[in-house]
Amino acid sequence: MFNWISQTIAVTALNLRTIPRRLGSSGVAIVGIAGVVIVLVSVLSIAAGFTAAMQQSGSPSRAIVMRSGADSEMTSGLSGAEVDVIKQAPGLRRDGQTAIASAELYVIIDIPKKSTNTSANVPMRGIEQTAMSVRGEASIVEGRMLEFGTNEIVVGRGANGQFAGLTVGNEFKSGQNTWKVVGIFETDGAVSETEIWCDSRVLQGVYRRGNSYQTVLAQLDSSDSFNTFRDWLTANPQVNVQVRREADYYAQQSRALSGLIQGVGVGIAALMGIGAVFGAILTMYTAVSTRSREIATLRALGFNTTSVVVSVLVESLALAAIGGALGGVGAYFAFNGYQTSTMNFSTFSQVAFAFQVTPQLLVMGLIYALAMGLIGGLFPALRAARLPIPTALREL
Amino acid sequence: MKFLPLLWSSLWRKKVRTIFTLLSIFVAFLLFGLLMTIRGAFSFGVEIAGIDRLVLIHKVSLIMPLPVSYLARLNTTEGVTMATHNTWFGGVYQDPANFFAQIAVEPEPFTKLYPEYKVPPEQMKAWLADRQGVMVGVDLAKRFGWKVGDRVPIVGTIWQPKQGQVWEFNIAGLYDGDTGVDKTQFFFRYDYLDENRRGGQGLVGWYIVKIADPGAAQQMGAKFDEMFANSSAETKTTTEKGFVEGFAKQVGDIGAIMISITIAVLFTMILVAANTMAQSVRERTSEVGVLKTLGFSNASILVLVLSESVLIAVIGGGLGLLTAWAFVQQGDPTGGMLPIFILPTRDVVLGGALVVGLGLLAGMWPALNAMNLKITDALRRA
Repeated sequence: MFNWISQTIAVTALNLRTIPRRLGSSGVAIVGIAGVVIVLVSVLSIAAGFTAAMQQSGSPSRAIVMRSGADSEMTSGLSGAEVDVIKQAPGLRRDGQTAIASAELYVIIDIPKKSTNTSANVPMRGIEQTAMSVRGEASIVEGRMLEFGTNEIVVGRGANGQFAGLTVGNEFKSGQNTWKVVGIFETDGAVSETEIWCDSRVLQGVYRRGNSYQTVLAQLDSSDSFNTFRDWLTANPQVNVQVRREADYYAQQSRALSGLIQGVGVGIAALMGIGAVFGAILTMYTAVSTRSREIATLRALGFNTTSVVVSVLVESLALAAIGGALGGVGAYFAFNGYQTSTMNFSTFSQVAFAFQVTPQLLVMGLIYALAMGLIGGLFPALRAARLPIPTALREL
Repeated sequence: MKFLPLLWSSLWRKKVRTIFTLLSIFVAFLLFGLLMTIRGAFSFGVEIAGIDRLVLIHKVSLIMPLPVSYLARLNTTEGVTMATHNTWFGGVYQDPANFFAQIAVEPEPFTKLYPEYKVPPEQMKAWLADRQGVMVGVDLAKRFGWKVGDRVPIVGTIWQPKQGQVWEFNIAGLYDGDTGVDKTQFFFRYDYLDENRRGGQGLVGWYIVKIADPGAAQQMGAKFDEMFANSSAETKTTTEKGFVEGFAKQVGDIGAIMISITIAVLFTMILVAANTMAQSVRERTSEVGVLKTLGFSNASILVLVLSESVLIAVIGGGLGLLTAWAFVQQGDPTGGMLPIFILPTRDVVLGGALVVGLGLLAGMWPALNAMNLKITDALRRA
């Protein structure tokens, strides 16, 4: 028993020590596996980044009220009278007499996207003064908050990065109206960082909405008072609304696009994985074939077959591990935090997010590489062990 | 050609190795086909979009409506062949996940402006006779199992009817089109929308104008924008192609991502195939020596090795492209999100060229080595 272990260790050590002599084929194996891991991790990091941005958005302790039947903020419509009724509902947090709720408009405005220089649908939200207290996580990080009643706007960090001309102090014209950027806000990486915020009254004038809004975002008294809030509103004959937790609303909005990105990402990753396994098998086959004589010699000397098989497998795993680590590190440095934006068809507006190479993805990439190394090394190892020694010695 | 049996037998020397090489090349080109299809799907039919058709939207953004009064002014402008308007409806059929485009149009001008939507004449007559009639794309009808004469209820979101929430439509006809045409749309009549909507009368989504001279697109566009400048609804005009391209660009540079993945995959493939080929040739050095002794010239050895490499590539890659094409024929697997799901012939030809290129590149170095081998060295290595 002990003999077997010491044989295995000896042969494995020999194999690993002589890897530098086979730099050519070892290099091919490492580069091949690293390439596959980079592609896998980067494609899946797109989905991870988008999902993270959507998950950050929407708190379960806030409720969003829209017209009944509307499938997104943009298609909803609430009259000024309805908004007043909504603000009287129980279950809302109140600061003295004022409800911590913001009646909002959600429209899109055409602004050129920096990366392609063509127009993009940038979301623009008309807010009320209570908006910042409703959104606890929002903070102004540059410049100052907008002054209500004027054409001043604040833009999210994501919008500032992705679209042209949204810098503090800049003014731009849209239709007949001029907007002035006075500040940049952040909301912990949520989807709202792709938005531009302005006074809803001013927006109503520009987009000719009269005294109408589209949604009311309300801070609930506590997460449990949601039911009270919702039931009072749905039973009330003066309004015709649907009430949801903000977190649920955003989850639903991102479902279609997340599903598409995940689906495409996972599909490509799966196919690449299959192809990579074949490639790994081929590479290891070639690597082992070049050493048929060496392996046969070892066997002729008396080393048992298992130790030979194990040593080939360990070498294969070692190469795969190096390839996987290189691929993961490469993907991290090349893609992590890479800012981009795309159009969410559910809301017909842009969503800015960053590629996220999460630790789970890196671990997954490494596991994948090791699996490729294992499968890739198994057949050649078994073949090398089972080939009759005279035949093997005769091979090149 | 007379060396085909020789090539074939040398391929099957090491069955396992050849099979795995074929399989990895197969997967690489299957991926290539699928990636090219996805790239095409995200360009939303930009290739067939018209350049003699201009699109006018509200200058502030697409979601702002335009007055229907612009139609008369556009039709009487010099250089305009025909103008019509479209309005986005965005209703829900049973479940928001069943998304498809519903657009209110003027039936006759619309069909004249878009000859690529092929409508049978009797169905066209039925559409004109029924206010609630709709013209539905064949792919959309297939997806939901609709037939001519079916009644389709759609819940309004942007536009609510005067009574209730549901708009009723009758399928008057099905339109078909060539490959690359979006056959998943739902066209209904603008007059039905305008009469029955609760508010918003006289508003349309955007205008489509066919101009007599496609070369004058830029000037015509500028002329229209000037006509409506300083009014309550200023316009922004682009060619239809530019408009669709803008949409594709909003989604992001999917095309570039697909291409970079493809390059990475093919590069890895070449590496693996070249390595395998090199090993395979190295193993047969003595055979090469024998061939040369028999009188085969250096050039013919080169050709033999290269042909072997190209043969493997062609078999594996050809099968991969074929499978990709067969898969794409099944149609859009996402159920509506990617209406243009085809593998363009141009990409298939490109794939074919890449297959041959891969074979040549992978075999080049081993072939050159074999070619330059001295007979005595080769025979000694046995």
